[in-house]
Amino acid sequence: MPHSTSPELSLQEDSILPDAPARPLEDGLDNTSEEESSAGTQTMDDSITDPASKANANLEDMFEDDDEDDDFSSSAPQASSEAASQDTIKPAPNTSSSDPEVMKAFYQRLFPFRYLFQWLNHSPSPTNDFGHREFAFTLRNDAYLRYQSFPTADLLRKQCIQLNPSRFEIGPVYSTNPRERKALRRATAFRPISKELVFDIDMTDYDEIRTCCTGANICSRCWTFITMAIKVIDAALRDDFGFRHILWVYSGRRGAHAWVCDRRARDMDDAKRRAVAGYLELLKGGDKSGKRVNAKRPLHPHLERSLNLLRDHFQADILCKQDPWASPEKAARLLELLPDKELNKSLQKKWDSAPLRPSSQKWADIDALAATGASGSLDTKALRDAKQDIVLEYTYPRLDAEVSKKLNHLLKSPFCVHPATGRVCVPIDTRRVEEFDPLGVPTATELLAQIDEWARTHDDGGEGEEEKKKVQDWEKTSLKPYVEFFRTFVGGLLKDEKGAVKRERQESESMEF
Amino acid sequence: MLASSRIDPKRRNNLDHRKRQFAQPQWQQQKYEYGLNFYVLPPTAEITLEEFEEWAIARLKVLSELESCTFRNRTPEETTNYMTPILQKHMPLNPSRSSTAQDERKTDHYSHFILRLAFSATEDLRRRFSRLETMLFRLRYKEEDARERKNFVDSLGATMGMSWEKVSEDEVQELGADLRAATGYAKKGEDEGWFKVDWEKVPELVESRKVLLKRGKAYVPVREQQSLVVAEFGRRLDAALELTARALPRLDEDDRLSPILAHLSQSFTAPEATYDADSSPSGLAPTHQNIDALSQHFPLCMQHLHRTLRQNSHLKHYGRLQYTLFLKGIGLSLEECIMFWRRSFKLMTDEKFTKEYKYNVRHAYGDVGGDANRRGRGYTPYSCQKLLTEALPGPGMTHGCPYRTFTVDNLVAMLQQTGVSDRETLKGVREDVARQRYHIACNRVFEYAHKSEIKEVKNKGVWGEAELDTILHPNTYFKRSFLLKHLGEEGYSGETNER
Repeated sequence: MPHSTSPELSLQEDSILPDAPARPLEDGLDNTSEEESSAGTQTMDDSITDPASKANANLEDMFEDDDEDDDFSSSAPQASSEAASQDTIKPAPNTSSSDPEVMKAFYQRLFPFRYLFQWLNHSPSPTNDFGHREFAFTLRNDAYLRYQSFPTADLLRKQCIQLNPSRFEIGPVYSTNPRERKALRRATAFRPISKELVFDIDMTDYDEIRTCCTGANICSRCWTFITMAIKVIDAALRDDFGFRHILWVYSGRRGAHAWVCDRRARDMDDAKRRAVAGYLELLKGGDKSGKRVNAKRPLHPHLERSLNLLRDHFQADILCKQDPWASPEKAARLLELLPDKELNKSLQKKWDSAPLRPSSQKWADIDALAATGASGSLDTKALRDAKQDIVLEYTYPRLDAEVSKKLNHLLKSPFCVHPATGRVCVPIDTRRVEEFDPLGVPTATELLAQIDEWARTHDDGGEGEEEKKKVQDWEKTSLKPYVEFFRTFVGGLLKDEKGAVKRERQESESMEF
Repeated sequence: MLASSRIDPKRRNNLDHRKRQFAQPQWQQQKYEYGLNFYVLPPTAEITLEEFEEWAIARLKVLSELESCTFRNRTPEETTNYMTPILQKHMPLNPSRSSTAQDERKTDHYSHFILRLAFSATEDLRRRFSRLETMLFRLRYKEEDARERKNFVDSLGATMGMSWEKVSEDEVQELGADLRAATGYAKKGEDEGWFKVDWEKVPELVESRKVLLKRGKAYVPVREQQSLVVAEFGRRLDAALELTARALPRLDEDDRLSPILAHLSQSFTAPEATYDADSSPSGLAPTHQNIDALSQHFPLCMQHLHRTLRQNSHLKHYGRLQYTLFLKGIGLSLEECIMFWRRSFKLMTDEKFTKEYKYNVRHAYGDVGGDANRRGRGYTPYSCQKLLTEALPGPGMTHGCPYRTFTVDNLVAMLQQTGVSDRETLKGVREDVARQRYHIACNRVFEYAHKSEIKEVKNKGVWGEAELDTILHPNTYFKRSFLLKHLGEEGYSGETNER
């Protein structure tokens, strides 16, 4: 392998972290050997008792997990040739995920464990926020290890390298260390107490309205659905709920996750999570439920704002690019959503004579025919409302709301590699969400090749060797902007947390004296 | 070092807490100024054991009736109408001027605290008790005389620091149309005005988008003050129940109360329709091969799942779960059930099936998963209540109760496909569904489909009232349908008692 790691290199990576706050792991490093061995035996334990540890999962959770599994294994991973066409020696992208060596090297050299630690720990020195946090590993043989926890970033990293999971998920912080849960006398002493508020948007929920691709496939045309969803949800979370630390992450294939990290969001119980999800959820009912958006008038300001955000997308991306009512059968669906029977009849007549009229024209026909008085009893307000509802039905975010409603739901960690596509789950910068191209996201294989490439181009013999050692592996690759974005995000969060802790301390002190 | 300095104040607090608790017992008679009560102070006067039990049972009766209202999907108005006579009978609360008011309020106060003791032992009971008590409080709050209610709310502000910031005129101006678009216009005779609170205080108003949200603050119209008060009631009760639970072990020493309390909490677990998996018709031996034939006896929810499964050779997760549990309920063994799903997902490789689906089926049967001791026999089959109260299915999903999730036209079309073509019945179904009486609609269809058989058993007197009671469980539907169609046949004599 061209990108096999030498041990010194990986050690070095740990010690050189110019922007890490004040060597938080000093204590941890001193007794590494001891902790490492204990972590090692723990692992053995848990992998042997795998069914049991899995069994301990909350019943509902077990069931919820499985649909997500569906999407990993179904159909062949799409080849992503245009994005991956650098002239480096590497296996084809679709084999990258099945290559354990690639994953191992990825964890060793590229995965930003330090920032992940800071993100979840909310403080430079290790706290229970990290130590009592559940991690769950999906191993290569598809075994699922729940209730893993780690005192420090280093131990998490070691475990990842050793187990080499195809992905891992992040759960809540528990009241006690998840590894010790079986030693507790009372089962109730082990309960989840905090977790980021999370959202999951997946393209499968759009299958009935997207015309370009189906199933696991995506293209830039249908990615627009996700872009629209991000815009709407992000605006609501910030303007309405006042959340500030919202991390959007590409899920690696055809969706996006959001992690709302504000303390106020992390401390929410299930009822509050359900409230937020309910506030954001608009489409109700299954395939047979008829018209699925029936918004109350006047529109709630959140819906009004969403409609304004979505209107242009509807014109450009839905009507023109998706063309959802092109065929007569599909146009029937449009008529189903319109309120006026007479108007529908004249529309039907018009479209019968030109069955393949594009959607944008059919959409325009509605107003045109209404204006000519095709229906005597036309309620213009009802028609306008129905048209707004249709815009919302075709553009408003479709959340997998169950994920958001439960404090103890697990979600795949940022920077994991999607097993089917090989792409890294990178953060999405909402300020430039339009520019995000899921097909341009680097795969683990490409990134490792880039490290080698960097070494080749910087191989100028002797000079600046010291300098070069200070450059971390991720900085040599196209992962760099994503890690930097994440670092900035975590920095902002930590700054706020520090402020909050200080304020709290002051308050408690002033109360005591 | 850090750790030690953190623990110290905690310990100090504990000491203080104990001191406070035992320092000054207030053994005086309480006077009840308001009919509504936040139940902050526990009662301290002596009562007889008979009163103790009697009052508790009366309150329990009220709470059970309340629970059955949610179970039957009654609207708030229907619930109020239904509950008013029951409340008047078991737990009347008359206005302050009435001569019995003080005694009634005392009974209310004591019975609440007795049940609090009885239902604080487990998380489940606590949650249920808190939910029902909060419902009861909401019901009474709405029915309370406006002036007394206002006095009560004012007293909350004065004694418990519960007050809410009013939105200033300027801010109302500034927010303008947004405010009214979110919260609607005040009806005639209502005060117009808004409170500004952290949105976390009114989660249910947020969930239904009935308030305006700005940067984490919720603008709550004055008429929704009820939500604020009720939410506060629930929050405080939850906290108090936690405390009661912790104090409970000390109560064990009192051997007069413990048996009564244990008895009370047991009788509280009755109302939800449960289904005994063993009570599938005896002699019926379902296998993966005869499910198709048996499916004619399935209620619409399960028929819909079955048809979808046959159509797509796949079902989404919640549909699978609902259907698996139902099949378990009709007596399909785990092996047969796995075989059933394996054959049904015919487009799938064995490997994929084993890897991703088999575990869940075994899990539903309690074959794997969970703590071996607590696992039992897995999940119980879902009742109508469960199906009617869970979230609506999303795109592509087929679980739940079709009477609730389908549009009326789709529902009627589906019924016609299954052979229900009687105009009267369909009209009745439309009406039931419009009034959200989904289970009544389902029972109506059942009665139509089994018209002659029901007549027969009634005439012969072989089936009693209880055996023809409203169906509240999909498995009951199946069993009754199956038995009615096999009347008098050898081997299907299974007793039909429902529990």
